[in-house]
Amino acid sequence: MSHRLASGGRLIDRTSPLSITFNGKRLTGFKGDTLAATLLAQDQMLVGRSFKYHRPRGIVASGAEEPNALVGLGTGNRFEPNQRSTTTELFEGLRAQSQNHWPSLEYDFLALNDLVPQVLTAGFYYKTFLWPRAFWKHVYEPIIRRSAGLGNAPDADSRDSDRYEQIHAFADVLVIGGGIAGLQAALAAAEAGARVAVWEQTAHWGGRAPVDGVEIDSAKAEDWIRNTVERLEKMANVHMRLRCMGAGVYDHGYVLGYERVSDHAPGADAPRHRLWRMRAGRIITATGAIERPLSFAGNDLPGVMLASAMRDYLVNFAVAPGHEIVVVTNNDDAYRTAIALRRAGLGVAAVVDARAEVTGALPQAARAAGIRILTGSGIRKVKGGKRVKGVEICEIDSRGVAVTHRLDCDAVAMSGGWSPVVHLWSHCGGKLIWDEAGHFFRPDPERPPLASDGRGNLRACGAANGVTGAVLSDAHDAGLKAAQDSGASAKPGPAASDQVAAEAPMEPVWMMPRNAEYDLRSKMWLDFQNDVKVSDVQLAAREGFQSVEHTKRYTTLGMATDQGKLSNINGLAVLSDALGQPIPATGTTTFRPPYTPISMGAIAGGAVGAVFQPLRRTPMHDWHAANGADWEPVGQWRRPYAYLRPGESRIQAVNREVRNVREAAGLLDASTLGKILVAGPDAARFMDMLYTNMMSSLKPGRCRYGLMCNENGFLMDDGVVARLDETTFLVHTTSGGAEHVHGWMEDWLQCEWWDWQVHTVNLTEQYAQVAVAGPQARRLLERLGGMDLAREALPFMEWREGMLGGFDARVFRISFSGELSFEIAVPAGQGRALWDRLLEAGADLGVMPYGTEALHILRAEKGFIMIGDETDGTAIPQDLGLDWAISKKKADFLGKRGMQREAMQDPERWKLVGLETLDGSVLPHGALAVLAGRNANKQTRTEGRVTSTYFSANLGRGIAMGLVARGPERMGEVLRFAGPKGRMIEARIVDAVLIDKDGERQNV
Amino acid sequence: MLLLTCPCCGVSAEETEFAPGGEAHLRRFGPGSSDREFESYMFQRKNPRGVHFERWRHAYGCGKWFLAARCTTTLEVFATYPAQTPEPSAELIAKIREKRPDWEGTQ
Repeated sequence: MSHRLASGGRLIDRTSPLSITFNGKRLTGFKGDTLAATLLAQDQMLVGRSFKYHRPRGIVASGAEEPNALVGLGTGNRFEPNQRSTTTELFEGLRAQSQNHWPSLEYDFLALNDLVPQVLTAGFYYKTFLWPRAFWKHVYEPIIRRSAGLGNAPDADSRDSDRYEQIHAFADVLVIGGGIAGLQAALAAAEAGARVAVWEQTAHWGGRAPVDGVEIDSAKAEDWIRNTVERLEKMANVHMRLRCMGAGVYDHGYVLGYERVSDHAPGADAPRHRLWRMRAGRIITATGAIERPLSFAGNDLPGVMLASAMRDYLVNFAVAPGHEIVVVTNNDDAYRTAIALRRAGLGVAAVVDARAEVTGALPQAARAAGIRILTGSGIRKVKGGKRVKGVEICEIDSRGVAVTHRLDCDAVAMSGGWSPVVHLWSHCGGKLIWDEAGHFFRPDPERPPLASDGRGNLRACGAANGVTGAVLSDAHDAGLKAAQDSGASAKPGPAASDQVAAEAPMEPVWMMPRNAEYDLRSKMWLDFQNDVKVSDVQLAAREGFQSVEHTKRYTTLGMATDQGKLSNINGLAVLSDALGQPIPATGTTTFRPPYTPISMGAIAGGAVGAVFQPLRRTPMHDWHAANGADWEPVGQWRRPYAYLRPGESRIQAVNREVRNVREAAGLLDASTLGKILVAGPDAARFMDMLYTNMMSSLKPGRCRYGLMCNENGFLMDDGVVARLDETTFLVHTTSGGAEHVHGWMEDWLQCEWWDWQVHTVNLTEQYAQVAVAGPQARRLLERLGGMDLAREALPFMEWREGMLGGFDARVFRISFSGELSFEIAVPAGQGRALWDRLLEAGADLGVMPYGTEALHILRAEKGFIMIGDETDGTAIPQDLGLDWAISKKKADFLGKRGMQREAMQDPERWKLVGLETLDGSVLPHGALAVLAGRNANKQTRTEGRVTSTYFSANLGRGIAMGLVARGPERMGEVLRFAGPKGRMIEARIVDAVLIDKDGERQNV
Repeated sequence: MLLLTCPCCGVSAEETEFAPGGEAHLRRFGPGSSDREFESYMFQRKNPRGVHFERWRHAYGCGKWFLAARCTTTLEVFATYPAQTPEPSAELIAKIREKRPDWEGTQ
């Protein structure tokens, strides 16, 4: 039974008991506990069920590397699944639930999976795709979805009630890890004069040195830690954060820090998480090392823990994992656990050591304490169902058939050696080397990640650097050099001196016993979180997987949320062994950020809701909002789709607006239209390159519709160009295209024709623009007075500048509706006043605003194209019947060469036509015209598609445009379009211009 | 997130302040060019592991395009220089060669 000891526990405050619940059961812990410590203190050994086999699982580790003890925390809007209980600080009222079981943690129906494990071996998921074919959709997928997985996703309707924030920060030297190495490195860098930041992921400085009994400068490590933290905190050039994990190292010293500000203190007036966006000159990783499990049968039973974790629980929280414990190891470090357990008055049944001879200082101390040591031995099998009941011991160099000892115990401490935490070193390209002595990968100092100038910008120190034994001189050296790299030049004090017991070399043991038979290998877990066993990796190797990256994906080894922190090296070793090659030849998989999962809230920070992205508003925005605007996003603009009157539906509003433009007059807020000034002695020459048609021949005072193509010849943007004077053009672009077109112009002017004298200015937001369209348009504008807008004074496709009703106006006689139409541009500050004035003056003429949907219908009735509807990035102007707008005289323009390619000349290209349904209905958007038979890819053959489709209130029926193979040659033919639910809709090919083909309405 | 220095305004800034523009030193082929030339101009892009010449725009700064010589594997930036440079200077080539003796050159 795991239990709390009567005394001790350096991190807990026994005078502050805290009450929590686990699966509804009330438990009591102490302030300073982690959730895992509280669970163990109350003998809650079983904390979850495994991913595939639903095996009972307990706590394995004591920190961020924990694979098993994941819980759902909180409820409702604060529920969060998959939280590691080992890094969850206890608080009053904490509510935790175990995961991945049905109906309960104790009795899990799906544990049946464990009885037929051969069904779920490596790659089973991929194999289900193959055979029997029809099974995937109806049998395999539903079953896998139900049985596999971790915690449940939060309820889709819930909304995170917490607040998150981000902060940008800078440092000369960023030290990640606040153990003794990190503190020493920070001190050296700070004393050298650098601006230093130090992040520690836990709530305590000093790391595991106090637990391991390290002495510094001949005193307890704790004293040095306390003094050093005090010194650092007093220095103005040092910034220290606890509960802040270095999540990822990115290009050129960009580092993300994940600070859990108030996870441990819910209800505090603080954000829950804070994401540090740090740009550091130099980075030091003092991230320590993680102990490796050993692979023996039943190594996943609740009660089998890492030896170091057992020591942590004992020393930090006064929690014992049992009363009688077996320690199994291949190294000296685990003897620290044996000794600590014995000192705490607990029974140590034996230390099972794989090594034939054990003579180091620590084993000798253990012997002296009366602890039994079984050398040359390994665990054959752990006995027990939902918790450890005992172990069977066998000779390490055997097949595991013969049992040499049977020991009763209620917990097992295992140690397979240590792996430096190299994740951050590796995130941005730092390379690793295999350490032959320590049997681990460590950072290769010759191949670090680089700063922009090509110099290494990261140093690892201490255990993270593969240093065993004394680490402080290594850390001091790293801190000083990092500071000097960033220009600091003061001389720091000397490194402190840390003493630890010398350790004899470990012996690599990747499987216990070495030649274990299949029934043992199939119960040896490598990856606890994804339920991957030794036999799975061996199977993958047999099936031909040689690359470690392929094996990882096939077996899912190391692909769980813990990213294989415990399993990585053991898995590589088993794979290397199966492939008959040394571990460095197999290599490692890629370490990717974040180090442990970070919250989506922290990633989003404050950029949620209304401030998710900037919103662009026209000067008339508030009027629209107050008058029933049904908003439509257009890029970052919001435009009224229609203006709904009280009691009116969207469709009714649109139909009213469409009819009103043709019968009276409508106002459109066209301020979002792109307006770019192109000016300079070479402006006309430049315009001729930008547009497919001739712009240099346009006379000042005139307007011309033009097309812009990219170099592929595909239509990119369109709009009306007004020539302001000899050297100045005003380019109108689509609402969504203004920024892109402006960037396009600058690209050509800066990078290709940089000797041309042209400059461009994006004036889009400088002007408000109102389209006044309809038979009453001129009457309305004449009421404002000040400009002669008669047919002769301002003919179609011309513009004039002047004072219109007191406004500084530029009036364009252009039309996108086919009606008599003027577009009036005024300085943005006058836009709202102009809008109000037009509405007031036109009240008795029936003037009313119209939205974007009416705009679309009116243009479709006239057969005008819309960029993004009729074009999709593969249409050339000729496809849309716009040959007339392509100059034959110009030697060159952007897109001309592209249009000359063979495929663009193909007569089978789909071309623009009008479409008229035989029954008058509205064609579905994007519907395809289908033919009998199948194409080479066994898909239904098609001969066209709908690009624009609306109900026209003016015509009383559906209208549409579409692209159809040889369309213009096939007038009158009836096509079949695929509608919803297999329904076919017949439509006739007609002229796209449905209203006023001769343009008489606009030319009055 | 790269750090780049705009050679026009001199600002050293985060990648989010810039917009990438693909391979640098392309020669435009327009009307009259062969299919092969046009194909090379439109579609044939280098994607090397190692030294690469790129176009960038200081989009949220001075607005100017510039070029960068960069290592795509180590992220080292050898130089940034004005867009109005038809080909990398001899000095830049020499600098890259010194740092990357195995570099196959601009071909």
